[in-house]
Amino acid sequence: MLKMHNLNKIYRTDLVETHALRQFHLEVGDGEFVAVTGPSGSGKTTFLNIAGLLETFDDGDYLLDGKSVKGLNDTQLSQLRNEKIGFIFQSFNLIPDLSIWDNVDVPLRYRKFSAAERKERIDNALAKVGLSARAKHLPSQLSGGQQQRVAIARALAGSPRFLLADEPTGNLDSTMARQVMELLEQIHDEGTTIIMVTHDPSLAKRAQRHIQVLDGRVSDLHVVRDTGRHDNEAHRGHSHAVATAAAAVGETA
Amino acid sequence: MFRYYLQLALKSLKRNPVLSALMVMAIAIGIGACMTTLTVYSLMAADPIPQKSDRLYAVRLDSWDPNQPWAEPNEPPPELTYRDAMALMRSDIPTAHAAMYKGAFALQPDDKSIPAYLVFARITFKDFFSLFDVPFQYGNGWDSSADTSLSQVVVLGKAANDRLFGGADSVGKTVRLNDKAFKVIGVLADWNPTPKFYDVNNGAFNDAEDIYLPFGVALPLQVRTAGNTNGWKPENIDTIESFLNSELVWIQFWAQLDGSDTESPAEQKARYQSFLDSYVMEQKKLGRFERPLNNRLSDVNQFMSEREVVGEDNRVLVGLSFLFLAVCLINMIGLLLAKFLGRAPELALRRALGASQWQVLQLNLVEVSLIGVIGGLLGLLFAWFGLIAVRALYGDGYGALTSLNGTLAAQALLIAITASILAGLYPALRVGRMAPAGLLKTQ
Repeated sequence: MLKMHNLNKIYRTDLVETHALRQFHLEVGDGEFVAVTGPSGSGKTTFLNIAGLLETFDDGDYLLDGKSVKGLNDTQLSQLRNEKIGFIFQSFNLIPDLSIWDNVDVPLRYRKFSAAERKERIDNALAKVGLSARAKHLPSQLSGGQQQRVAIARALAGSPRFLLADEPTGNLDSTMARQVMELLEQIHDEGTTIIMVTHDPSLAKRAQRHIQVLDGRVSDLHVVRDTGRHDNEAHRGHSHAVATAAAAVGETA
Repeated sequence: MFRYYLQLALKSLKRNPVLSALMVMAIAIGIGACMTTLTVYSLMAADPIPQKSDRLYAVRLDSWDPNQPWAEPNEPPPELTYRDAMALMRSDIPTAHAAMYKGAFALQPDDKSIPAYLVFARITFKDFFSLFDVPFQYGNGWDSSADTSLSQVVVLGKAANDRLFGGADSVGKTVRLNDKAFKVIGVLADWNPTPKFYDVNNGAFNDAEDIYLPFGVALPLQVRTAGNTNGWKPENIDTIESFLNSELVWIQFWAQLDGSDTESPAEQKARYQSFLDSYVMEQKKLGRFERPLNNRLSDVNQFMSEREVVGEDNRVLVGLSFLFLAVCLINMIGLLLAKFLGRAPELALRRALGASQWQVLQLNLVEVSLIGVIGGLLGLLFAWFGLIAVRALYGDGYGALTSLNGTLAAQALLIAITASILAGLYPALRVGRMAPAGLLKTQ
């Protein structure tokens, strides 16, 4: 469902050119849980931003659900982002003066759902993360772990095809990090594709596939585990994607 | 979405109350200053009788000093001598016409509990009421016989009728003017044209007179003008007859020239102009009108322009107040930029969650519009105080100019919203175009 082929991204200033991604090649299949690691400045955040359609790339191609995103205008990209992608950020990125309920509502507002459908989706998403009782609270009234669960509920409310998580446990203590990770695994078990950027090797090991990015390239790729949780069509797609990606690394490494 | 944006805008304003208050004050002060001057200016410059201002003509004859004009470059006097006014009244060319002047009377009500008081009167001919579409509440004006006979009849203005008769139908009742009984034949509805175009020489922004009397009755009673009288020629004036036969100008004269079945308005005007010129040529033979022919037929708006009802200083003041609004807006741009930049991470988050640049722009513009509406309403309040100050400064003569009406209030809000959107456009566009990726980490 996500296919990046020979992507290049260069940041330019008057004095310096920085190659954030070089000939970046990656395929992620439906239902996969992929961990992306790499040292600071390796390009993993740039990859995540491009994957999330928050940044453009200089050349190469990026296919989302089989369709190239190249040449799409801002409105089309925003619509794709809204419908297909859910974001989870390290610092939660909740809007402080909106209630939990209203925070989860934000992406749905741009989806033009009816009020009744928005309510149903928000209630379901909050129930899934165990925060229905806190719907009227402000973010500041919740713990860090709870705030990240709200962010996950916000990402899930629109039923996206895949979640992009940028250091989702980076600001949490170990107990809360474990809870959030378990929640992500549960979401993955229910069929959502997850791409997670992390610095934590122990978290990366919990993903199905572990990609290491170095100097703007996919430098290493491991199939960490095959949990056997998926015996559906999506999982078969995943296995195929792993094989394709492994081959791609072989080509570019 | 508009309701959602409005809710978010309200939250955003509450989030930074000091910054929000500064922006609202910037727009309010600018709008207050603009609306104060604009209200005065627009009422001064308004067409007081739009339905027929192009068919009503102030009639002027240049009977002035042969050595110098009434006013440079070559303006005839704004009023006529008695002799000339009466001569023009004999013409049957205009559709309607009326000579008129402002007089004053001591009015003694029948009700002895109301003490006698001074009233200003418009002493005129029967056509006055049809010329200026004067509305009647009760009764009517007088007929042509009263113009030339000693019919002691009077038409009361609304305020006088309210004061004397509590607003009741007073037709048939009597009031005493200068100790003479006058029968009330009509009562006007509310009528106070601004500017008072038919007599700008005696205060373009004064209120309409309290009562209206036929020309035929005033002179036998020796009611002199209470308005301006101007002369250029040394004359011995010691009786009413010598006053009436003098070269003093003190009578306003208006004619309605709207054509007929057989004549276009332009033809009628040309014929009347020719009549005026012929009259003056005849008078020249009698040793009067020594200046070159300079008779004017000016329609209402031309006349007010020629008489400079709206002075250049008023225009400058309006210009300055708009410059002041521009300065306020420049301040507002800075404040909005600070506000939107502070909010950029939230906007970036909204972009990440699916809002397009256009939707973020809409969100910001709703917020600046809200600031505009609040600032505009507050500005109206400031304008109201400003107009009270103008009235206090210039007196009640400017009363009609110092009231805000619905149209001006709507204009103020429109200006406030437009100005706010203009001020907000650059900050909103700038923030909307910032790459969201870089801002999400800063949340």
